Amino acid sequence: MSHNDTLVIAGRHFNSRLMVGTGKYASNEETARALEASGAEIITVAVRRVNLDRSKESLLDYIDLKKYTLLPNTAGCYTADDAVRTCLLAREAGMSDFVKLEVLGNEKTLFPDNEELLKAAKILIKEGFTVLPYTSDDPIVCKKLEDLGCAAVMPLGAPIGSGLGIRNPYNIKIILDTVKVPVIVDAGVGTASDAAIAMELGCHGVLMNTAIAGAKNPIAMAEAMNLAVRAGRLAYLAGRIPRKLYATASSPLEGLLE
Amino acid sequence: MQVTINGELRDIATQTMQQLLESLGIDPRKVAVERNAVILPKAEYMTTPVVAGDRIEIVHFVGGG
Repeated sequence: MSHNDTLVIAGRHFNSRLMVGTGKYASNEETARALEASGAEIITVAVRRVNLDRSKESLLDYIDLKKYTLLPNTAGCYTADDAVRTCLLAREAGMSDFVKLEVLGNEKTLFPDNEELLKAAKILIKEGFTVLPYTSDDPIVCKKLEDLGCAAVMPLGAPIGSGLGIRNPYNIKIILDTVKVPVIVDAGVGTASDAAIAMELGCHGVLMNTAIAGAKNPIAMAEAMNLAVRAGRLAYLAGRIPRKLYATASSPLEGLLE
Repeated sequence: MQVTINGELRDIATQTMQQLLESLGIDPRKVAVERNAVILPKAEYMTTPVVAGDRIEIVHFVGGG
């Protein structure tokens, strides 16, 4: 693959188009090994209260912060105010302006509350954050997020943790036609082919957590996702053949035995 | 004096935020602190006294998607 095919977010260049979450692993060691196998450079983390009575061992003790860009999320926030508060704390803890903004609307579906999302994005951009919002696969909302100044849009492929894959590839296509900022499919990927499909559609990246952490062998799945994202990107750049209903022979018709 | 730390009522001696974090075994570089709903910049831990009735939130990064 061409060396200059990098993912550019807010002027920063990344070689890997796979972003991974760090939740749900069996141990910090396993997280670190899966991150390594995934080849990801951007990894998401959550902001939570320190447990005062437990060991102060931290995930960050296992992760080389020179190698990875931390993308704190606002997972579990249901209002713009909660999400903004979480981002302000994340910036103080991590000294970075990158945030994955999610504002949820429902506990069962974990679908975004786009009204609150837009409200939070507006405040955070004013506060100087680089905002990467998790959103519905809705081209209108994605355009509004871009107009507010978000550095990327991250439409869901399917509900978080569902593993249902890219449920509406046509909407993802329309989003790609609608916005100029990177489009990163966030949530829904179940296996390697789902990630490849997202990339073949022309998405600039894929973000996933459960598909890797929940696999029987997370390290092997991390490598599979690494390859799938690269394969899908390369296939997109290569340009696929058109779909046709009937066959076209691959062998020459000339010189056939009579 | 009594203060609330991460939602728990605790009895502590008079001290600064820096001393409180140290007594809890917390590395100040790895956390963010909110005192009475206002974020406290790291540079001010040394000079900020913890006062009776304070509501303190101490957060850090954990695994998440």
